[in-house]
Amino acid sequence: MNSVNISLKSEITSDVDWGRIRADFPILDLKIDGKPLVYLDNAASSQMPQFVIDRLVRYQTKQHANINRAVHYLSEVATQEYHDARCKLQQFINAREDREVIFTSGTTDSINLVMQGYGRKFIKANDEIILTTLEHHSNIVPWQMLANEKGAKIRVVPINDKGELEVDEYEKLFNERTKFVGLIHVSNALGTINPIKRMIDFAHRYDVPVLIDGAQGAPHMSIDVQALDCDFYAFSAHKLCGPTGVGMLYGKAALLESMQPYKGGGDMIASVTFEETIYNTIPHKFEAGTPPIAAAIGFGAAIDYLTAIGLENIAAYESTLLDYATDCLVQIPGVKIIGTAKEKTAVISFTIDGIHPHDIGTILNQDGIAVRTGHHCAQPVMQRFNVPATSRASFAFYNNKTEVDALVAGIKTVQKVFL
Amino acid sequence: MHTNSLYQEVILDHNRKPRNYGRLDQASHHAVGHNPLCGDRLDITLKLENEQICDIAFQGESCAICKASASMMTAAVKGRSRTDAETLIHEFRELTTGKLDTGHPHHLGRLTVFSGIRDLPTRVKCAILPWHTLHAALNSIASTSTEANNESTQAVSNHPFG
Repeated sequence: MNSVNISLKSEITSDVDWGRIRADFPILDLKIDGKPLVYLDNAASSQMPQFVIDRLVRYQTKQHANINRAVHYLSEVATQEYHDARCKLQQFINAREDREVIFTSGTTDSINLVMQGYGRKFIKANDEIILTTLEHHSNIVPWQMLANEKGAKIRVVPINDKGELEVDEYEKLFNERTKFVGLIHVSNALGTINPIKRMIDFAHRYDVPVLIDGAQGAPHMSIDVQALDCDFYAFSAHKLCGPTGVGMLYGKAALLESMQPYKGGGDMIASVTFEETIYNTIPHKFEAGTPPIAAAIGFGAAIDYLTAIGLENIAAYESTLLDYATDCLVQIPGVKIIGTAKEKTAVISFTIDGIHPHDIGTILNQDGIAVRTGHHCAQPVMQRFNVPATSRASFAFYNNKTEVDALVAGIKTVQKVFL
Repeated sequence: MHTNSLYQEVILDHNRKPRNYGRLDQASHHAVGHNPLCGDRLDITLKLENEQICDIAFQGESCAICKASASMMTAAVKGRSRTDAETLIHEFRELTTGKLDTGHPHHLGRLTVFSGIRDLPTRVKCAILPWHTLHAALNSIASTSTEANNESTQAVSNHPFG
């Protein structure tokens, strides 16, 4: 019952049956207004395979209780399953120890944890925090809040016309006041994959810790936090075929131990009197209160599912989809792709001459096609390209070329309506 | 709901050739409306004489629904009294949020072409933004947002206009 119902090896292989994998996702059989659903909003949230759904049902029907507390059977089972989920994440990102994996409510919560736990303790007036133009608002706003509170300063790495970070400019921003780097692994708005290894290495020359916002990285490529040598790495379950409401923060043990807790409450303490509280060890120090146990276990199941397919296979397949979709879209007159980085995940942000993205989204929806329209919580990126918003098609490994063709036909319908 | 019933020829026509587009030099009332969810921005200027809207203009960046709504709104309220305009604002809000009983007498005329938007909750704000901004202008509120509070159709926020 615990096994993944697909017989795949996790090495790169060209004979993955992607059609069969697609059949693992019941929601993809939906009809929208009589049209087959074409779900191309995976960068916002991915869909859940039956394997993960079944895991959630099994937990709720046979294993649920609160964890780390009682001595009864269910509490012990739930505690063990929750711990196992943490270990699956540890292996997934190749962390040294399971206590370096902290369950949070999602990427945003993870970043806020670092801002509160590390930033508020160690960043002082006139210190500098480096961020990039590509950041999602969730890796901008917490640092602005901190900068305002402490009198610290935010420095921003620019991007070029393709939507790639100007790494030379990044390196020029460092000085003795630089105390932190917040860096998005993959741009949610454009799909740009950033050269994070090189950027982490450079920051470490100045002994500056680096937080990687991996919300769009972890779902699409294999992550090795030891090889990257990043200090923090954050992502959410719901973009990796898991449930909403849970995510994780990886942090190097020594850093996590040096940080102050972010939330106070049960489970994060070793002992409490009204005179003094002694905090628990990591990871518990950062997991106050009853965590999202079911969602964390579902997260673990999603990791099992993705690992069975193999992240390398997923990356290779999604890359063929990206190439096909890009080739199709550039041939449509009036369509402009925003973000043409050499290294990209399967995200295509685009505009159509004379037609507002919201009208595009509404008319595509008529054909059952789900894309995201708007600023994608990345307004600095929109400002850089001088557009108020874009339409964004973002692909997952369960999408296929037929769906790309549907998108192309949908775009032509949009153009016809506004002719 | 079929989206085609929303993107009807009258809406597409007002989007292509918006009426009263621009900015009045001698405006007595002015407001800027924002929809932060999509970045749309609409600027309305009008001239009120003896409680009559004798001229009105709009400009800004927006989707087709918002632009057509603004264009048809300016055509509908031009030459009408402030009271008539406020009635139309109220009825249009009721129409687009599905609260208007179209069986009863109303004053919307061709504006009922927007009735289909009630089935697309994420787009209702696009249609309402011009009306929301007109209401702000008539009440001398310089800036307004669809997101100023939860009751979006009532939302106004005061900003010193500079």
